[in-house]
Amino acid sequence: MKISTENKTSAIGILNEYFSTIGGLTLFTIEFLRKCLLPPYDFAEIRKHMDELGVKTLPIVSITGFIIGLVLAMQSQPIMVRFGAESFLPSMVSLSVVRELGPVLTALIFAGRVSSGIGAELGSMRVTEQIDAMEVSAINPFKFLVVTRVIATTLILPLLSLYVMFIAVIGGYIGLIISQKMNFSYYTGAVLIAIKMGDFLPSLLKTFVFGFIVGIVGAYKGYNAGNGTEGVGKASTTSVVLASLLILIFDSLLVKLTLWLWPT
Amino acid sequence: MADIIVDIKNLHKSFAGSKILDDISLQVCKGENLVVFGRSGTGKSVLLKCIIGLLKPESGQIFIEGSNTLNMSDKQLNAVRKEIGFLFQSGALYDSMTVRENLAFPLIRNFKFSNEEVNKKVISALELVDLVEAIDKTPSELSGGMRKRIALARTIITEPKLMLYDEPTTGLDPLTTKEISELIIDLQKKLNMTSIVVTHDLICASIIADRAIFLKDAIIQYQGTIEELTSSKDPFLRNFFSRDFIKA
Repeated sequence: MKISTENKTSAIGILNEYFSTIGGLTLFTIEFLRKCLLPPYDFAEIRKHMDELGVKTLPIVSITGFIIGLVLAMQSQPIMVRFGAESFLPSMVSLSVVRELGPVLTALIFAGRVSSGIGAELGSMRVTEQIDAMEVSAINPFKFLVVTRVIATTLILPLLSLYVMFIAVIGGYIGLIISQKMNFSYYTGAVLIAIKMGDFLPSLLKTFVFGFIVGIVGAYKGYNAGNGTEGVGKASTTSVVLASLLILIFDSLLVKLTLWLWPT
Repeated sequence: MADIIVDIKNLHKSFAGSKILDDISLQVCKGENLVVFGRSGTGKSVLLKCIIGLLKPESGQIFIEGSNTLNMSDKQLNAVRKEIGFLFQSGALYDSMTVRENLAFPLIRNFKFSNEEVNKKVISALELVDLVEAIDKTPSELSGGMRKRIALARTIITEPKLMLYDEPTTGLDPLTTKEISELIIDLQKKLNMTSIVVTHDLICASIIADRAIFLKDAIIQYQGTIEELTSSKDPFLRNFFSRDFIKA
């Protein structure tokens, strides 16, 4: 099949943009690691961002968490009954939520809400010269704007994921009692027996990585935004796409790693 | 010869192969108000951004009070920047902060003042620009002229020795332009600052300038006092400073 010159050029352009994004993001991450170790430490600013980001995302992740648990239980119930394994429903729902669905879906929602927000906010500050204004005032904008936000997202996502896991397990119970009788104490007992530290700990650890991805991608896209308002919009949308993609890629890598470290 | 605060030697800067500043050399004395004229896109703002270190020139030297800023580490450059104020064309106020927070920000980050001292300095800076009543407003609640004044207050709050103004009166009506220009000259006298002002505005320039330069074709084509430039027989300058088009 012949490839036209125009298609070739656009393919080269896409590849070029892909590699420059990967390279830029890597350098940006190195700069973050370098800067976050150096004083001054903006604890108040980190706390402020954690507060804002957590509160902003809480309603949407609450609804999502509850519905995940509810739907998972309702969908699984007839199948488990078919195999005569309905007594395993509490374990199945809770393990699915704790090991995979809770962390990944929370991270994806968090990326949609927060990564785009950081991208738009920093992008807007870039195009209105507010970042330059900080720089000429002898204030390090990278440290004040990027480091604080990335640390905040890295710390707040595990907390949100824990909360989503809890809500989803509650949602799972509601889903089960809609279609069958189940004692709440039997359900909680089965859940607590099913979830081991080896299920819980790796999934919690990977949410730190997802939180870091959400923050660093949003900050990278926003901090390097250009071309006026168009650039701000682009920073906002591309940060969601890139953050979501990286979350899924890192999830598959971390699943492999955790299975190796904590074999079931 | 008076003390030189800014000494630029053989500065070259280009973007995508297009020369913006070509072998620019310039000296500014302490207490002097220099106005930089030029058509849009002739490198006036680029010159200011090179002086403050936001842009790196390809070659040349920029001395601020005898130290070459182009050879400095980030830490050394920041120490120099604490002595320089930069007023952006848009004001560049931090829109997530109130006026009080905008003004207090450089003081809290760069100096070790107590809360009481910061508050006192914020109020006295706002008094200088006559906008104390705006202290708890956000930038979105301010008019264009008020934003410029607040941005000016934020810039002078650290009492810089050198002020760089990037089109301080663009987009303002003639009366506000006159007020801002008089405010700049008033502050310059009160705080004994040196100023470099990039502008197209003849009202502003005629109030502020001790000396003016004109950038054209990436070099300093003309320099002198405002009177010398505006009364020049040079056809380009006559055309640039002509007000005949208002009558047309």
